[in-house]
Amino acid sequence: MKNHNQVWGLHAQPSKKTNIILLLMPFVLLLAVYLTASHLRQQENQHDKLLPSATQIVDAVDRVAFTEDRRTGKFLLWSDTLSSLIRLVIGMAAAALVGLLLGLNMGVYPGFRSLSLSFITFFSMIPPLAILPIIFISFGVDEFAKIMLIFIGIFPMISRDIYLAVRKLPREQITKALTLGASSFAVTYRIILPQILPRLIDAIRLSLGAAWLFLIASEAIAAMDGLGYRIFLVRRYLAMDVIIPYVLWITLLGFLFDLILRTIINKRFTWYADNK
Amino acid sequence: MQTTNNGSANGSNFRFLHLEDVYKSYDRVILDDIDLSVSKGEFCTVVGPSGCGKSTLLRLILGVESPDSGTLHLRGNEIGYPSPSRGIVFQRYSLYPHLTVLENVMLGRTLPTSFFERRSKKKEFIEEAEYYLKRVRLEGQGDKYPHELSGGMQQRVAIAQSLLTSPDILLMDEPFGALDPDTREEMQLFLLELWDDQKMTVFFVTHDLEEAFFLGTRVLVLSQYYTDGRGDNHEKRGAKIVGDYPLEKAGIYSTKIKNNPDFIQLTEEIRSVGFDPKIRQHVNEFNLKHPDSFRTLTQEEAGS
Ligand SMILES: Nc1ncnc2c1ncn2[C@@H]1O[C@H](COP(=O)(O)OP(=O)(O)OP(=O)(O)O)[C@@H](O)[C@H]1O
Ligand SMILES: [Mg+2]
Repeated sequence: MKNHNQVWGLHAQPSKKTNIILLLMPFVLLLAVYLTASHLRQQENQHDKLLPSATQIVDAVDRVAFTEDRRTGKFLLWSDTLSSLIRLVIGMAAAALVGLLLGLNMGVYPGFRSLSLSFITFFSMIPPLAILPIIFISFGVDEFAKIMLIFIGIFPMISRDIYLAVRKLPREQITKALTLGASSFAVTYRIILPQILPRLIDAIRLSLGAAWLFLIASEAIAAMDGLGYRIFLVRRYLAMDVIIPYVLWITLLGFLFDLILRTIINKRFTWYADNK
Repeated sequence: MQTTNNGSANGSNFRFLHLEDVYKSYDRVILDDIDLSVSKGEFCTVVGPSGCGKSTLLRLILGVESPDSGTLHLRGNEIGYPSPSRGIVFQRYSLYPHLTVLENVMLGRTLPTSFFERRSKKKEFIEEAEYYLKRVRLEGQGDKYPHELSGGMQQRVAIAQSLLTSPDILLMDEPFGALDPDTREEMQLFLLELWDDQKMTVFFVTHDLEEAFFLGTRVLVLSQYYTDGRGDNHEKRGAKIVGDYPLEKAGIYSTKIKNNPDFIQLTEEIRSVGFDPKIRQHVNEFNLKHPDSFRTLTQEEAGS
């Protein structure tokens, strides 16, 4: 039976070309709606700030990304990006490392599980943004507090995810390793840990969205630079022509991170990618 | 305590694997006063109805479970947590998915070794692992990952992995249970050859009688279907070894055993004493023919 239907129903088999068209359609649609709406408003009022036209946005991008800021002598977009990324990467790396160690040891050692599992589960229920004031009060309003917020928000999630992944490994694997002469240390760090690493990368991918949220929130409240800081700063002048490219840039960065991590899994952990 | 002793096990002979008065219960009694002695070099197979406790018995010997009471010894040492003295091949999960076949086989050497020693001895380890891969006829497959191999090949790797450490006894829990019949027969022949020239001691759990007869030099029947002096109180009663037969290894490389009249008769006997809930022998009538077989029964169990 030949199936000609490429789009509708359970049995649709989109060809490569159809696939790309379908994939692009929502993006094009959104863009078209925006440009139309923007055009209509610009016709009514030349100084409309709410829906800037494409040219206005390009001008703004040129201003923030490719022209030195008169006051600071920096290229704002790039210096903001650098500041934000440093916070994000340090916070994320610390959360990943601590989450990995906690989750791994909770999964392997029953005593450590009894000690920490309930506490971490409890801790993970605290909405990090609700304790943002506490964090700012106790760690100051500098870099450290922003990194702390990301860390506190993310590490419980990663611990729990890693813990569940470890518990799902067949018990036989541990037994087998012991019969091959492994110490408990070797079981934990040479048998279990390497199997969990790709899962850690997946956990990081899933928590990146939340990490951005915490980052932007803390930058919006107290910062001197950063992507979140800029967005909330120019909001005062209703500078949508800056906000929109910044948001698109953040989205693109997030997408790139995800792509890089996914590629690492596919390239470095073929056994994991294949078994999924 | 009444002791039946058919042979040398309680005498001065060295007991290789020795279990005495072993009880194990979870929600109910599973293993009920197990006495068992296995000699070095024996290929001991264990059969019994599904859920009777074969795997539980194996896990006790492996050391992942401890008995409620009773003693287990291997070469005179009390059995503790899993250790290299007992190798294990499970039906699944014996291989590590993140390691190549060669790395999997090497584990018996690399796991107990420190990082630096590992680097200096790497070549030696690889050579040894390759030798064992050759023994299980998987030369040249070392760079693959386990998921790239067929089920039979995976089990061969698992066997190589266990053999590398030369365990005193190789425990196997339905290792061929997930294989198709042809591969299964191939693996049985292969295991017999390996057993024959490595002089291994094997403890092999299966629910397939044919497999048990074909492979074993001794077959144990574990079953909860029996009666004893304790009346009809079923909950309290767990499985015992209700049959223990020495097997002639006719010509070990032939599967012809299936048409052998002795084999057919023995199959029938074991089916009725071990697998049929309606036929219940009394504990004193068990057919424990094997010379290593011995038994201790409490007065209550033995009474009629
Ligand atoms: N960890 C456990 N907790 C509670 N009950 C258990 C546990 N392990 C096994 N059992 C019970 O013990 C009994 C014997 O289990 P076991 O796995 O030893 O049987 P088996 O003879 O190997 O069966 P099969 O032929 O199906 O593999 C079963 O009724 C099972 O439900
Ligand atoms: Mg079993």
